[in-house]
Amino acid sequence: MIRSVLTQPSRSKIENEHPASSPLSIHDMTVAYHRKPVIWDIDYTAPQGKLVAIVGPNGAGKSTLISAVLDLVPKASGEVRVFGEEYHKQRNRVGYVPQRESVDWDFPVNALNVVAMGLYRKIGWCLPVMRRHRQTAMEALDRVGMADYAKRQISQLSGGQQQRVFLARALVQDADLYLMDEPFAGVDASTERAIVEILRELRERGKTTLVVHHDLQTVTEYFDHVLLLNMRLVATGPTSEVFTRENLRKTYGGKLALLDQVGHKMTLGESAR
Amino acid sequence: MNSVPTRIGFALVVVAVWFGNPSGAAAEPPHDTHPSRATARSLSRDRLEWPSWDDVTRTLLLRDYNTRIVAIGTTMLGVAAGIVGVFTLLRRRSLLGDVISHSTLPGIAIAFLVMEAIEPGGGKWLPGLLIGAWLAGLAGIVCTKLILRFTRIKEDAALAIVLSVFFGAGMALFKVVQDIPSGSQAGLNHFILGKTASMVLADVWIIAEVSLAIVVIIGLLYKEFTLLSFDDKFAASQGWPIFRLDLLLMLLVAGVTVIGLQSVGLLLVVAMLITPAAAARFWSDRLGRTTLIAALLGGSGAFCGVLISAMFPRLAAGPVIVLTGVCFFLVSMSFGVRRGVVVRVAMHRQLKAAVGRQHILRALFEFLEPQCNPTAPMSAQLVNHIVSASDLQPMRSWTPKRLRRLLRVAERSDFIAAVRAGGYRLTTRGAELAHRVVRNHRLWELYLIEYADIAPSHVDRDADDIEHLLAPDIVESLEQLLSQRYPHMTVPPSPHAIDATSELTT
Repeated sequence: MIRSVLTQPSRSKIENEHPASSPLSIHDMTVAYHRKPVIWDIDYTAPQGKLVAIVGPNGAGKSTLISAVLDLVPKASGEVRVFGEEYHKQRNRVGYVPQRESVDWDFPVNALNVVAMGLYRKIGWCLPVMRRHRQTAMEALDRVGMADYAKRQISQLSGGQQQRVFLARALVQDADLYLMDEPFAGVDASTERAIVEILRELRERGKTTLVVHHDLQTVTEYFDHVLLLNMRLVATGPTSEVFTRENLRKTYGGKLALLDQVGHKMTLGESAR
Repeated sequence: MNSVPTRIGFALVVVAVWFGNPSGAAAEPPHDTHPSRATARSLSRDRLEWPSWDDVTRTLLLRDYNTRIVAIGTTMLGVAAGIVGVFTLLRRRSLLGDVISHSTLPGIAIAFLVMEAIEPGGGKWLPGLLIGAWLAGLAGIVCTKLILRFTRIKEDAALAIVLSVFFGAGMALFKVVQDIPSGSQAGLNHFILGKTASMVLADVWIIAEVSLAIVVIIGLLYKEFTLLSFDDKFAASQGWPIFRLDLLLMLLVAGVTVIGLQSVGLLLVVAMLITPAAAARFWSDRLGRTTLIAALLGGSGAFCGVLISAMFPRLAAGPVIVLTGVCFFLVSMSFGVRRGVVVRVAMHRQLKAAVGRQHILRALFEFLEPQCNPTAPMSAQLVNHIVSASDLQPMRSWTPKRLRRLLRVAERSDFIAAVRAGGYRLTTRGAELAHRVVRNHRLWELYLIEYADIAPSHVDRDADDIEHLLAPDIVESLEQLLSQRYPHMTVPPSPHAIDATSELTT
């Protein structure tokens, strides 16, 4: 009896760890595939209304982190709160952009069909996609600058255009928290600008967005906050404070060539200031 | 033996054996060793006897009650299999379909033994056998899922293991069944290769009910199955129960297998499932149409197969039905309007022709460019000059033969007109087109130099109007850049020197 009281964290402690206002709070989360843990003991609380970059080397568990938050992979331990509640109660408020490579782009649907998939939950079981749903999807396509390609079969779109379609599918969900897995991977310059614009627009409307990001050179330009991850949480906070050479070295370890390149750019930026 | 091509090959072998071995006593999987009286007619000695004109008309007009029954049942099976097959194919579960069909075998034997134990002589009750088959098919799926969930065995190995274990167990149990006096008469062997001709009205009712149920379920969950097949991760993040949806899809596949047991048999039923769906993909890029076409191809393939096998009763009906479906597939693969081989070759040739046309127009424009006043409208000036083939020769790295051909084609298309031997003049139409081609090409080059780190893919720099592919603000700033650098020009000068060597690199 006494022991169980001791091991149970007090109610007030849980509330401290999961502030109801935070769009996403992760407490003590470990995820393992088979017996090998992929991410360990993650404690993280996302700031409201910010653009957050999830940064780390390959195999650091960035995608796993997102998948675990979305209940796509089982957690070995720990808990996740989305706006103060469990994920499955807050699904309507979360938008997800998977990696572009995760699907078969040869699938016989057009861009509009894919975007409409973001509305399926709202439409509900067994009911068909109606004209007003298609209209909503069309508006989202227009927001990402893809309205002219609505009727194109998705294999005939370029990589950047496919990524925009995925983004539009998340936009129609009209969520408050967005999780995006490498939306900038392999896109052309104009798509990158379009995506950044959308991200900023989301921030202006008070949405919180977590983005798995690979290009260290653009982190300071695009993001307010960073989450440095390498199986464990290395550092997190505002980009200006946390995105330092020291922390990057901790995150990336021995991969110095890359670091020096970024470091060079960063020192240039600092001297310019 | 666990792929569709092998299965098709197997169908061929079965038919070949029947051709070559008139006694019908082929050695492999146990099948009917007592040719019926009806089948003795069409194959005398080593050759096939062609049906008489009377036989053909009787069959085609469906005058025989038996043919009618079989045609209706098998066509419905084909339609249901085609529709389910589309989602099986798109979900990449084709091989799982094969596992399900093989797993049904022990179910049939066990159902027979159980029913025989309850009531001697009652083991032949068809719905009971089919339910046994269906449950065993499910057991096959569950085993595969469990292996994948709890071990690190890869999917292909898990499928192969389950398939062979279940099929082996089924064959062993069949031996037990054969040893029971009533068992050897029960004709369970027909479930392996099918025995279409023995179909009766009651069987057709079962097929009709199951097919209808399958089509209704797919109709209701069309949207859900689409999402599941396209992006299951996203579906799961939205809270769709993907595991249960996946299971339901497999239940439907098992349903098709069970009603297909009677006509084509469990070894070939996966071909009914996958070939119409694969064929339909050659005709459309839209899911709704693909499904409809798969249903059509599945249904009509089965119908034609039944008629053909009715004209040649000595041939095994199941393989004939499957091979008819394969013929439909081959036709689709060659002539399908979306991705058929013929269309692809034609498109490639068209592309080559378009590129050739753009090259000749650009060469003409660029040759004449230095002789024109760049501040005045270009098109009007271009038509005043005469160009010969030898003028164009150094513009690109083309052979004289290819250049002559391109000029001939351009003349036929009314882009240029021959004015004297070996001399050409651009027509008004040709001049306008050349102007457009060169403008697009150079704006793209400017864009690539000024802006893009990564070039947009899928761009034909001569033909695609830049406005269609780039954001309007970029085009505007490009044109601004253009007018700043080269005032009064509608076509920017080439950013590099124009000669054959530089063309090699662009």
